[in-house]
Amino acid sequence: MSDDNKMTIIATKGTFDWAFPPFIIASTGVAMDKEVTIFFTFYGLNLLLKDTSKLKVSPVANPGMPMKMPFGPKWLQKIDFGPKIPNILWNIPGTEALVTWLMKKTMEKHGVAKIEELRSMCQEFDVKFIACEMTVELFGFDKSDFIDGVEFAGAAMYFDEASTGDHHLYM
Amino acid sequence: MADETLDASGLNCPLPILKTKKALSKMDAGKILDVISTDAGSVKDIEAFCNQTGNKLISTTEDGGKYIFTIEKV
Repeated sequence: MSDDNKMTIIATKGTFDWAFPPFIIASTGVAMDKEVTIFFTFYGLNLLLKDTSKLKVSPVANPGMPMKMPFGPKWLQKIDFGPKIPNILWNIPGTEALVTWLMKKTMEKHGVAKIEELRSMCQEFDVKFIACEMTVELFGFDKSDFIDGVEFAGAAMYFDEASTGDHHLYM
Repeated sequence: MADETLDASGLNCPLPILKTKKALSKMDAGKILDVISTDAGSVKDIEAFCNQTGNKLISTTEDGGKYIFTIEKV
């Protein structure tokens, strides 16, 4: 594969909603014959954990997120509850789990792939996963917390990976 | 007549593309794959996929919300 087919992504976010863009773009890129590397740093490391149940979406400080019911009558499903509910209520324990559950249900209904499915397809198609060694240590992760096939390295390796190609994305 | 058929009904982006890639990778060059999808976005996506990978999109047909893409593997 030629070098100009190279693509890299820096994945920095560790919430349920933001787990999707890096894996969707990476798996699609590699399906379209690109050679893809994802560099996971800071909270992005969460996306490589064996246990993805820790990934949650929070309605707090997430004002762009539409909040619609995945079930019920049509008129109800059309209502966006996001702007209607005062932000302070989202600080009640349990709301994060509820909102994450609702988002999972909505995705299921729309035939959107699960995070684990996209992630394993990335690996099947040989997307290279690099975990930032510095932040692995900084946040007290153990290397055994992560899925198999992850390389551990630093920013210099990212630059080596990104030295060719046209697509280099920060997410 | 297609050599292989992939039913990607009910799946959303990017699954139809990923499954198409997987199906094609198991086939020999010159063989024909039919992909069935209910994702309206896959019309442009399959076209772009074929464009980039060199596989030949022979035809696209729509039948009541079901799209059928006929692809020849290069």
